[in-house]
Amino acid sequence: MANTTAAPADASHDGSRRDFLFLATGAGLAVGAAAVAWPFVSSMAPDADVIAAGAPIEVDLTPIQDGQIVNVFWRGKLIFVRKLTSKEVTDMKGVPLSAMIEPAAFDSRVKNGHDQWLVVYGNCTHLGCVPIGHQGNFEGWACPCHGSQFDAVGRVRRGPAPINLPIPPYAFQTDTKIRIGEMGGKGEA
Amino acid sequence: MSGTASTYVPKSRVAKWFESRLPIVGLVHSSFIAYPVPRNLNYFWTFGAILAAFLGIQIITGVWLAMHYEPSATGAFNSVEKIMRDVNYGWLLRYAHANGASMFFVAVYVHMFRALYYGSYKAPREVLYILGVIIYLLMMATAFLGYTLPWGQMSFWGATVITNILAAIPVVGDTIQSLLWGGYSVGNPTVNRFFSLHYLLPWMIAGVVVLHVWALHVTGQNNPAGIPIKSGKDAVPFTPYATVKDVFATVVFMILFAWFLFFMPNYLGHADNYIQANPAVTPAHIVPEWYFLPFYAILRAVPDKLGGVILMFSAVIILAFAPWLDTSRIRSCNYRPIYRQFMWVFLGVCFVLGWLGSQPPEGGYVIASQICTAYYFAHFLLVMPLCGLFETPKPLPGSIVESVTGPGRQISGAGMPAGAAAAPQVKG
Repeated sequence: MANTTAAPADASHDGSRRDFLFLATGAGLAVGAAAVAWPFVSSMAPDADVIAAGAPIEVDLTPIQDGQIVNVFWRGKLIFVRKLTSKEVTDMKGVPLSAMIEPAAFDSRVKNGHDQWLVVYGNCTHLGCVPIGHQGNFEGWACPCHGSQFDAVGRVRRGPAPINLPIPPYAFQTDTKIRIGEMGGKGEA
Repeated sequence: MSGTASTYVPKSRVAKWFESRLPIVGLVHSSFIAYPVPRNLNYFWTFGAILAAFLGIQIITGVWLAMHYEPSATGAFNSVEKIMRDVNYGWLLRYAHANGASMFFVAVYVHMFRALYYGSYKAPREVLYILGVIIYLLMMATAFLGYTLPWGQMSFWGATVITNILAAIPVVGDTIQSLLWGGYSVGNPTVNRFFSLHYLLPWMIAGVVVLHVWALHVTGQNNPAGIPIKSGKDAVPFTPYATVKDVFATVVFMILFAWFLFFMPNYLGHADNYIQANPAVTPAHIVPEWYFLPFYAILRAVPDKLGGVILMFSAVIILAFAPWLDTSRIRSCNYRPIYRQFMWVFLGVCFVLGWLGSQPPEGGYVIASQICTAYYFAHFLLVMPLCGLFETPKPLPGSIVESVTGPGRQISGAGMPAGAAAAPQVKG
């Protein structure tokens, strides 16, 4: 095109005023862009309604039989409540830590004094599929998606899952009732 | 586009008035009418046009489906069934959209193999090629988001598995996952935002396609001989030669599309996706759509979450480095006797990976996946650099005309007029 512009070769101004304007405007734009981006990103986080729907739930344990696995949902996440048989309790206590991918003692998987009760999140720690109960070689779960296996207290025993099934925050209200979602006033585990 | 001077001369006063204000007719003329096309292009070069057609089909059927679809965890599945049963021709729109996605990937894989086989990624077409890789990535994201929308079992568990893949990213993974979910698991906010993003990405694809075509018209097309246009005899004008060929190939490809659409519309899908999403039960055999299977096999090849995720993404990203990994100065495999064999082996390995991705992750399948994954990366990291160093290429023909007629023969008939014989790559 015929019209081109070039900075005037006028040396009477020293550049400091223009430099200042350039830097100040640039800094203002950067801060402004971040300030504008924040609400957009934040709006994608779980909203108040979703958080409110995540209030703690109570589960009655009386109907659950020995060896049975019951599915419950808290915050839209699947949770297994499992009543271990006395054989499973004995077997799981006997597993050496060296045989595990993420070593965890039996006592760390159940609440003190409630050896029979296991409460774990029901999504495989690999990519989130639901492992099938009473399958696999470890009296626990086997994942149909990528072949991970968990034992009767939800410890991963065969990959690709990297960690044990996490334990949600919960507490025994009575011997036959648990409350999932809070742990004696503390937040999420 | 900008690489070739327009030979368009407006005739009427109105056309002159308009052209001096917005030279868009000249732009179209120089890009799609006078644009010089190598005269030796084979049918592999028609897949760009086929892909453009499918982008159009997907956008149009998608916009119409969105008029009936309800993006919510409670309504999505039922609204898709409503589209299938109640909406006039809803079945046609939905089957066209679902099978159109598969055909889109068939075409893009042929297009990508063409680029790799004939060395279309090499200088001066690196940017053109990398834009293509970006389009492919956007296509994968769009296809994944779209597949979650019917909210069947495969939709739900596909969404769960893929968002869990992102959670493997160190430090920020959990935050990204939570922002994608909009909750504590895949649920109503997830399907809602996935619909929004599924509607957004095709327009981004369209935008990158414009850049892709622009870059193409700056460097000019590669061709089966892999040598540049040297004279007017080497080229023919885009219209009518390439236009007719592209349209013909598109129509033939549409026969394949129609065959799936009308005779086996569910063949490429999964029956499990006609069961509404159930967060308590994972389908017994969860596999992605066929076009993701090779990458799924790579993901499962390593018994380590982060490692598998890194390998899978690397398998796509490594494509973008092909221009620099390939050390050969010869573009076309037609003149590379050794590398040509490796190209076909590579294609075979991709097919085997695809098959392995559809099999359960156990025993021999895992070992085979590991071997094929190793070969996939070795092709880029060993074969590409080393072949270029040790291979003795066949002699290149003196010109594109010579590659067609044999050395020393003259060619009669149409070519580009001498003056218009733009050899855009010479300029660059």
